[in-house]
Amino acid sequence: MNDGMLMLENVTVQAGNFILSPFSLDIGEGECVALMGPSGCGKTTLLETICGLRDGPVGGRIVLGGMEVTNLSPGARGIGLVPQDIALFPSLTVREQIEFGPKLHGWEPEEVKERVESLAGDLGLTKLLSRLPEGLSGGEARRVALGRALALRPQLLCLDEALSGLDEARHDEVLGVIRKMIERERVTALHVTHSKKEAEVIADRVVLMG
Amino acid sequence: MEKGIRSDQKIWRVRPEWPFLLFLVFVIAAYIGLLLLMVGANVLTVSWSQASEILKDADIQHSIILTFVTCTATAILSVFVSVPVGYLLSRYQFRGRAFVDTLLDIPILLPPLIVGLSLLILFNRVSPSACCGMLAGGALIAAIWGIARKGDRIVIRFLVGGAVAFGLLSLVSSGSERSLEDIVSEVGFPMTFHPLGVVLAQFPVAAAFAVRTMKTTFDQISPRYEEVAMTLGCNRGQALLRVVLPLASKGVVAAGTMAWARALGEFGPILIFAGATRGRTEVLATSVFLEINIGNLPGAAALSLLMILLAVSTLLIVRYLAGRGGAV
Repeated sequence: MNDGMLMLENVTVQAGNFILSPFSLDIGEGECVALMGPSGCGKTTLLETICGLRDGPVGGRIVLGGMEVTNLSPGARGIGLVPQDIALFPSLTVREQIEFGPKLHGWEPEEVKERVESLAGDLGLTKLLSRLPEGLSGGEARRVALGRALALRPQLLCLDEALSGLDEARHDEVLGVIRKMIERERVTALHVTHSKKEAEVIADRVVLMG
Repeated sequence: MEKGIRSDQKIWRVRPEWPFLLFLVFVIAAYIGLLLLMVGANVLTVSWSQASEILKDADIQHSIILTFVTCTATAILSVFVSVPVGYLLSRYQFRGRAFVDTLLDIPILLPPLIVGLSLLILFNRVSPSACCGMLAGGALIAAIWGIARKGDRIVIRFLVGGAVAFGLLSLVSSGSERSLEDIVSEVGFPMTFHPLGVVLAQFPVAAAFAVRTMKTTFDQISPRYEEVAMTLGCNRGQALLRVVLPLASKGVVAAGTMAWARALGEFGPILIFAGATRGRTEVLATSVFLEINIGNLPGAAALSLLMILLAVSTLLIVRYLAGRGGAV
């Protein structure tokens, strides 16, 4: 065992005809790693496997915070996810998106309120709390998705090309917010990206796949 | 924006040659003309006084009430069945899925009389022991097929368990002379030639349409929402209830409305299984039939117009919901 936050040991994933050959990775506590590689090399597949969104890997094991999570359900892993398509729940307001996880986990109402307002303040969402996703810009939507993923104080934050599709100004703004939140929340992060610039700004280390 | 581009690509941006356009317009005009003439024929056959007279008839009023009650009950039942079935078919890739999908369409394809006849035979000519035996056999065949195709172990265990349970029930109930109708009547739910039977006769086809609607609805909702909800602590059931169903609400209403409309138009199965007894199992569709049988054509036409009005209203609701994001 090591004292890393996330440890992948020869993780092998089969997704239809695609097989991700044994992959190992060790991420220290509070470290931000950018996972890069050509399209189709299995970055998103690996990320989804880490999050528990695919049937368990056909080989290897995943250890998070010293506990093996290879076959745990997604909600029991303590991972926050910002997917590529953001996937804000269309029928919920910004406040409801952020408090979704804490409420589900039975947090006290005061604690939920405090957490939502703290995150909204940090993410610049205070004035948007009653808005529905359809009224948000791309940058705002990403900040909400980040708040939703961080609300439960996850051990690991997974970002799957979360900045794709933004114009340059918004891209840089959201990138700055992500960096700031990773530091403020002291969360370990795994950021899948195609962009060297993103990797340079956000990551402590770059891992290449494929 | 993207939606706009897509719809623009589907339409002609250059006006077609007029003979071709004229041909298309002629075909659609002829078809719509026939539909309008059919409605118009009913309108011309009935006068206000005749319509008002038939609507005041106690049996017809009972028929209208029974139609609303049974159609609503069928629609609610159909929604309860179509939500889980549509969700399963939309989200779960399992061996035999295409077969199950085809099975669910059978009520739509069958001649309506056969649905009624099958129900009549099932409830009155087949013993509970034989029913359990058939279910046990079906579950066993599905389990063997699942094992041969290396299907999901939990599903196979469920099927084997079902086969054993129904097999035992079949053995326990063997020798009994009672029919399924005797049993349901004893527990207070008589079906054959009874108003409850109207609901059962309407249900198979209505539910099949509702299942199709719900599957399409769920197909249009990205599974990503559920995945994100699961990382936040939901299990699959919670993700369905908290995230997917609110998004599918218009589809649920559309499925219910579709089932209601199908139930309204059902005639053959009701006639065979529930009968057409005045003041008892008579619904609007059978009222039209009975009015024709006694030679009251204006009365039949008046009731037809009422049904057309109900069908058009239902269709408008479904179209409205579809236009606002519900899937139909």
